[in-house]
Amino acid sequence: MSGLPVTAIATPRRGAAGRTGLWRVERPVIDHSRCIKCLLCWLYCPEGAVVRHEDDSVEIDYDYCKGCGICANECPVRAITVVAERE
Amino acid sequence: MVTIKELTREEYWLPGNSSCPGCPAALGLRMLGKALEGKFVLVVPASCTTVIQGIYPATPSRVPLLNIAFAASASAASGLRAALRIRGLKVPVVVWAGDGGTADIGLQALSGAAERNEDILYICYDNEAYQNTGIQRSGATPYGAWTTTTPLGKREHKKDVPMIVAAHGVPYVATASIAYPLDFVEKVRKAASKSGFRYIHLHAPCPVGWRFPPSKTVEVGRLAVETGMWILYEIEDGVLRLTGRSRVLLDPSKRKPIEEYLRAQGRFSHLDERDVEELKRYVEARWRELKKLLEERGGCLR
Amino acid sequence: MSRLVISGNEAVALGVKLSRVQVVAAYPITPQTAIVEKIAEYVEKGELRAEFIRVESEHSAMAACIGAAAGGARAFTATSSQGLLYMSEMVFWAGGARLPIVMAVVTRALAPPWSIWCDHNDALSQRDSGWVQLWAESVQEVLDMTIQAFRVAEDEEVLLPVMVCLDGFILSHAYEPADIPEQSAVDSFLPEKKPAPYWLDPSKPAAYCTIAAPDTYMEFRYEMYRAMKNAERVIKEVDEEWCRLTGRSYGGLVDCYRCDDAEVAILLCGAWAGDAKEAVDILRRKGVKAGVVRLRATRPFPTEDLRAVVEGMDALAVVDRSLSPGLPSILWSEVRAALYDSVKRVYVKGFIAGLGGRDVTPGDFIRIVHSTLEGFRRGEPGEVEWIGLRGGESGHH
Repeated sequence: MSGLPVTAIATPRRGAAGRTGLWRVERPVIDHSRCIKCLLCWLYCPEGAVVRHEDDSVEIDYDYCKGCGICANECPVRAITVVAERE
Repeated sequence: MVTIKELTREEYWLPGNSSCPGCPAALGLRMLGKALEGKFVLVVPASCTTVIQGIYPATPSRVPLLNIAFAASASAASGLRAALRIRGLKVPVVVWAGDGGTADIGLQALSGAAERNEDILYICYDNEAYQNTGIQRSGATPYGAWTTTTPLGKREHKKDVPMIVAAHGVPYVATASIAYPLDFVEKVRKAASKSGFRYIHLHAPCPVGWRFPPSKTVEVGRLAVETGMWILYEIEDGVLRLTGRSRVLLDPSKRKPIEEYLRAQGRFSHLDERDVEELKRYVEARWRELKKLLEERGGCLR
Repeated sequence: MSRLVISGNEAVALGVKLSRVQVVAAYPITPQTAIVEKIAEYVEKGELRAEFIRVESEHSAMAACIGAAAGGARAFTATSSQGLLYMSEMVFWAGGARLPIVMAVVTRALAPPWSIWCDHNDALSQRDSGWVQLWAESVQEVLDMTIQAFRVAEDEEVLLPVMVCLDGFILSHAYEPADIPEQSAVDSFLPEKKPAPYWLDPSKPAAYCTIAAPDTYMEFRYEMYRAMKNAERVIKEVDEEWCRLTGRSYGGLVDCYRCDDAEVAILLCGAWAGDAKEAVDILRRKGVKAGVVRLRATRPFPTEDLRAVVEGMDALAVVDRSLSPGLPSILWSEVRAALYDSVKRVYVKGFIAGLGGRDVTPGDFIRIVHSTLEGFRRGEPGEVEWIGLRGGESGHH
């Protein structure tokens, strides 16, 4: 008995591909003093790695952020900068 | 029009999945989930999204999802819809297929389902090549684009799938772009409120296949619309209307020069003047036809 | 219980109706068309409460059945020949997805050359798909088998799709009297379909048929292998239960005719078993102790039952209504493989006959038996002989 279900049935989970934050070579950094809470970064992040808090402030989930930089590219007030991922 | 803040915080396509950094398909799936608030089932043929799901036993999908063979999404969805209907379950069935599984190998099943007016929502996320297998050209690849099977640039123009579907006389056809997610969400919601065969063609710029940095996915998508290369419209019961940014672009002076769009992508880097002229001709011809349709026939396709 | 004169195709349609199938998706192809037309009639008249999807191809027919079964409905389709081959990708998909779909295959030769007439190459081409393959001899058996197929497929120890094979024209279009079971009897035999735990359940999100890496794929395939082994037992159990319900039994995996004291037997599957049985009766009257071993299942291949049946026999004539160029005979090679380890090895000779609907008579079967006995007595290798080729060339392989 292999202990598997009768066919390939996968269940939902965060990090299905592991800690994809490890893929990064650059990371976005939010300057909260400049942030206007427009939520465009939250909207456009393909990963869903921008966390939207109750008060609409945002935070990067570095466990899963792949460092694509779309958030920084789209931020209308340049509150997000992209820096090299430290070793 | 829905606002960003109104969108749910819930994620129905979970982070930490196998998509490339900057992937438009992943972005589209997030938006789809928020549009329907997780109340739908997905049918996914062989495509990037098959691989984005990752490997058994984990999946990023928080909605039930049936993976199916490449050519078969529209017909599998038809069968699934029939089963749910006869069991009295009203949950919408949504196909999420790439351009390969829609314009090429999937076209027969798509046409059959459209002709039968199957009660499904079919969304094609169009990254304009067989990206999953390594960037080979599809019928949806635009004229001049480099792909691994068109290294000197595709000689044929892009197959106009939304219009092909519209020719079936279905209740709803729309184009959308991941650069205009709220427009996409509106269209998904409008489509979901109808019954019969509904089709949305979502433009999905792919950093890997189109050769641009992953941070530019949304920007390239925006340029496609602003230059008029990609047109946002919807066709409701056979009547076409432009939506969002495209509404003001009937006036050619408002459209950005297409060079801006082409320059942003490595797949067009080899184009010569004649190719660019050909693309300009193509874009202008499409807009002229649309203008004629809107002004002379009130957008009525029949 | 009523008794009607119906055709094989009508028997399939009746079986589908009595089994309360919920989704039918099918594409017409000769000689299956009457099945689909009859079912359409039942649905339109409200005699069968089902969704009928008039798909645009066979590939879509099986895809729709897969979607339907994954959505928790009892699903059915039917096809033949080119349609089955076109559908093949999805046939294998249904097997791997472990969906209890039932399909009638009205067996027909493969093109080119174009042929609408009967042989078994189409169904046998799918023998690696993970589908249970059952073969009928009579219209009554077609009706009974269609209903039994759902029972076998939906058994929790099986959960594999089932193909019901009936000979094109010879059985599909033949009219025979048949006892039609009462709906209530079938309802007691086939419980109302309960979706198995893994059907797409909107309240239990999961992704179905995902990628399996090399570290898990083999185990999923092993589960199919186990399920097929269980099917051997389940097919017999279902046959026994059906017998208790209707008085009709077909012998489970193997239908044996006058085999108890047989020295030589004809082994085959399909409707031409009737002609073989006539030949056996003639031979018996002439003192030849002959019998017929009709395989009711080619998948699972009934190895154990076969070994038991042929014990005590000297020779077996395996007649294939199919060709695998290069092998050349499918059932012949599978029979020889099954009997290879027997302590006392039966002489197995192969015959290829009836391709593309060529008629095979009791006289041909008599010649087949004589040829087999001669080969056995001379100690010749049991190679494959072609029956009925023009120009008298029944050459040896």
